[in-house]
Amino acid sequence: MSTPTTWRKPPFIQSPALRWLFILSVAAYVIGTIATLPIDWERTSEGFARAGRIFSGAFPPSFDRSGLMISGFMESLKIAILATTLGMILSVPLAFMAARNVSPKPVYFLGRGIFILARSFHPVIVAIIFVKAVGFGPLAGALTLTIYSIGFVAKLLAERIEEIDFGQVEAIRSAGAPFLSTMVYAILPQIMPRLVGLGIYQLDSNLRASAVVGIVGAGGIGATLANAFGRYDYDFALAITMVIVGAILISEAVSGVIRKRMT
Amino acid sequence: MLEIKNLVKRYGKGAPVLKDLNLLVQGEQLMSIIGSSGAGKSTLLRCVNRLVEPTEGSITLNGTDITKLAAKDLRRARRRIGMVFQGFNLVDRLSVMENVQSGRLGYISTWAAITRRYPAADIERAFELMERVGIAQYADKRADELSGGERQRVGVVRALMQRPEILLADEPTASLDPKTSEQIMTLLRDLARELNLPVIINIHNVTEAKEFSDRIVGMRYGRIIFDDKPAALDAAQMDEIYAGTPSEDRQEIGAVA
Repeated sequence: MSTPTTWRKPPFIQSPALRWLFILSVAAYVIGTIATLPIDWERTSEGFARAGRIFSGAFPPSFDRSGLMISGFMESLKIAILATTLGMILSVPLAFMAARNVSPKPVYFLGRGIFILARSFHPVIVAIIFVKAVGFGPLAGALTLTIYSIGFVAKLLAERIEEIDFGQVEAIRSAGAPFLSTMVYAILPQIMPRLVGLGIYQLDSNLRASAVVGIVGAGGIGATLANAFGRYDYDFALAITMVIVGAILISEAVSGVIRKRMT
Repeated sequence: MLEIKNLVKRYGKGAPVLKDLNLLVQGEQLMSIIGSSGAGKSTLLRCVNRLVEPTEGSITLNGTDITKLAAKDLRRARRRIGMVFQGFNLVDRLSVMENVQSGRLGYISTWAAITRRYPAADIERAFELMERVGIAQYADKRADELSGGERQRVGVVRALMQRPEILLADEPTASLDPKTSEQIMTLLRDLARELNLPVIINIHNVTEAKEFSDRIVGMRYGRIIFDDKPAALDAAQMDEIYAGTPSEDRQEIGAVA
């Protein structure tokens, strides 16, 4: 027997019949879906004309009411900072609760449950609920983004806690340290870089999201943007959009520098 | 005095790792435990401060049965047992002083621990011990900036800060080069004498064990099969301690049981 000179990577689905059945059924489903989607081509072509009107109305962007824009933007910034601070403070204990290696089973499930709940709705939906509950304005926005921050930060932080070097915990435990001292000495130093990184990222992310939740009435620059659209002030809307993009770019750059310094 | 009686440890439903083990450690002596990997040396040490929960049997340290203690009393008992680890287990991102003071966490309040307000006596003791082992100049350095030998010195000082009644060392030199390893062993022996402290060391290096110990215990698959002065350990006994495979040994146990 001669040594083989050809080799092929074994296919992901071993049986050829099953493999082809899978490929064909996916293809058939995609074609069927496109064929039956209710797309009104006439309406769509009308839409293009309308889109043209909006864009032509938006140029040149108008900074005439920059006072309104600045106050809206400052409100967004306040919402983002408040939500990030609150979110981080609540996330740390929650992350400890939801880490399998430090929490007893019932506490672990409770912790997981809380942030699964916090993650299960998109911020816009949470914002709609809070606007109903506490009324229009920045409070609804801050509460929404706090929930959003908890869902994200607590989950990632819990995963980081599950990855720690447990030897350090053993060493502190073997000295007879009480629970909280053990957490602060053996675990907190290990997760600190991640904690700071997440905080910076979340500030960034909350600033962006505050523009979105503002559209449904939760205050900030998003509310200003929604009003501009409502009054067909497309030139003002474009100006706002440009400022949002600019602000995101700046915060991205700043957080990049901080993160580099940190490690 | 540490007295271990009929100690059994079983992980899950598997065969026991420690099988009806008895051991008495009296006075200040440096005792080495040798045996191949999987013999249960590490489990035995960890049962003493209950980092590992014993399945059956009793472990009595100067009158306290450690196996019977609930949370708070267990923490009090752990203060009396110092431990040194193979991987040092220092908190890398904390300073040497914070690592050293973490040996006192069982004595000071959580608030004092978080705010780093250590009692004056503890700070004095820390500097004395660090001076003794030659790391006082590193007090403010981060632990991960030190070399292996220096890190293990921090580990030893942290354990001694507890003012322990016994010191357990789980392969304290296995991550170190031969020369550093000798230095750490010398340090452990000298400190044991200076502080009248009994020391139990798990060790793979039999030459070092013979050189530094007052007593050697040989373990094989959960049992003690040798217990005598270092001079009494000869080639035949070494073969017995290190020979055999786990599967053979399990079958043999099965036949007896």
